[in-house]
Amino acid sequence: MELKGKIVYRGKVKGEALVTKQQIAFYGGIDPEKGTISDKDHELNGQSFAGKILVFPSGKGSTVGSYGLFRLKKNGVAPLGMINQSCEAIVAVGAIISEIPMVDKIDISKIKTGDIVEIEGDTVRSA
Amino acid sequence: MYLTKEDEKVLAGESGYAARKSMEILVALGDLFGADKLIPIKSVQVAGVSYHNLGDAGLEFLADLAKDGRVKVPTFLNPAGMDLQDWKALGISEDFAAKQKLVIDAFARMGINTTCTCTPYLIGITPKLGEHVAWAESSAVTYCNSVLGARSNREGGPSALAAAFIGKTPNYGLHLDEKRVPDLLVTVDRKLKTLSDWGALGYAIGKRANNKVVLIEGILGTNSEKPSIDYLKTFSASIVTYGAQSLYHIKGVTPEASKFKDPKDKITIGESEIAEAYKAMTDEYKTIDFVSLGCPHASMDEIKEVAGMLKGTKLASGVEMWVSCARPIKEQAAKLGYVKTIEAAGAHVAADTCMAVAPLKGRFKSIATTSAKGCFYCSGHNHMKTHIGSVAQCVQAALSGKWS
Repeated sequence: MELKGKIVYRGKVKGEALVTKQQIAFYGGIDPEKGTISDKDHELNGQSFAGKILVFPSGKGSTVGSYGLFRLKKNGVAPLGMINQSCEAIVAVGAIISEIPMVDKIDISKIKTGDIVEIEGDTVRSA
Repeated sequence: MYLTKEDEKVLAGESGYAARKSMEILVALGDLFGADKLIPIKSVQVAGVSYHNLGDAGLEFLADLAKDGRVKVPTFLNPAGMDLQDWKALGISEDFAAKQKLVIDAFARMGINTTCTCTPYLIGITPKLGEHVAWAESSAVTYCNSVLGARSNREGGPSALAAAFIGKTPNYGLHLDEKRVPDLLVTVDRKLKTLSDWGALGYAIGKRANNKVVLIEGILGTNSEKPSIDYLKTFSASIVTYGAQSLYHIKGVTPEASKFKDPKDKITIGESEIAEAYKAMTDEYKTIDFVSLGCPHASMDEIKEVAGMLKGTKLASGVEMWVSCARPIKEQAAKLGYVKTIEAAGAHVAADTCMAVAPLKGRFKSIATTSAKGCFYCSGHNHMKTHIGSVAQCVQAALSGKWS
């Protein structure tokens, strides 16, 4: 399967998908040391996204969230790549400053947790 | 988004690392939000200044950018995590202070004016009607859009810095005429007599407006004179904290209000809505160990009022009190003797910082404040019980250690 979206940060990566239908807050909702979701009310609470292709509809919350992604990257526990349905400014800026390949405007219902997914530029492929 | 040849060269890295990163950020935001081009801006306010919010990774990011990043337009800062001079008096640790100073040094190397305030318009930075700027602190952006009629989106830390290094911002959102048109009419049917009344009004409207731009009427009818700058700044802070929109119009008060027809959607805010707002921001817990005024940063009028009330008094033991303001206001207040009076009572004039960005988690149990915005940050982020009221009520709480 091949899906076309919009490039937020250009790159080529391949890895295992972790998919959620819920928005993610990258300030307050994640653990920047461990690379896990720490938001108690989130369906992925406690799960690690480090080294995975993180697939979620969009970000939410404080404008400090861009620095949250940067902290993950510096700590070596950032997502390998990110896929959004409708990206907002905080995550977009976070992806760019952290240099995490990211594609927006993808129908994320087509991707399941555990799928091996490749991001290349504006294209998302899965086996 | 259209880029000039010069912009393309910056994107290709010809102007160095910081400029390239900045152009990448602006292009991505422009494409994401459908901007047609980049437009020149007159000033920038950068947020993400407190080390408490940045952490070491944020500090490292800023240090990287400071290597070759230089701002192209006048740029200043949001409040930091401490008074940059009198931090010890505020109970800030040596470690935190050292890191906070590194953050400020990085900004200084970029050519930024390191005045840290959320009320730039009180110290002479006043964009004109229709001017484009890129500001980041939510109450300042809201005041700038609404009261001054200048145009800014609510920028995040990195996007504000990017705009400063390029001198431009993508043309979308509140930079466009059509996004400034109100879509909800709010009739206010209640007299507003104190700062906290205006904060409660911001809460009541923000919670009901969703993401709509509001046109407010009834203010001049019920309140004989025009609202003061202090009332409008606290209202700006509250409406954007409890809502999401950083623009409002008030008939007879704000400069763009007369341009618009009444929107079809209507709500009324009266006594019961204001009472509900007060209730939501007031906990039952009666003991007070922290009193914070100056959110947004205090004006000279406010400092004079507090000094007048504190003259010849002493705070109750175990109570800490901050009056937060911009550095130039503190310097003026010192010359006028107000700082001495406030400090003699045992309170602090905390320049450069405020309760929303200082490292306060775990230090205090219960705050008294005039600020609706302050209640949000102190309860959510710092787990304090909150009480909101007039300056007189807050001073009384500081002197007695109790909310009454």
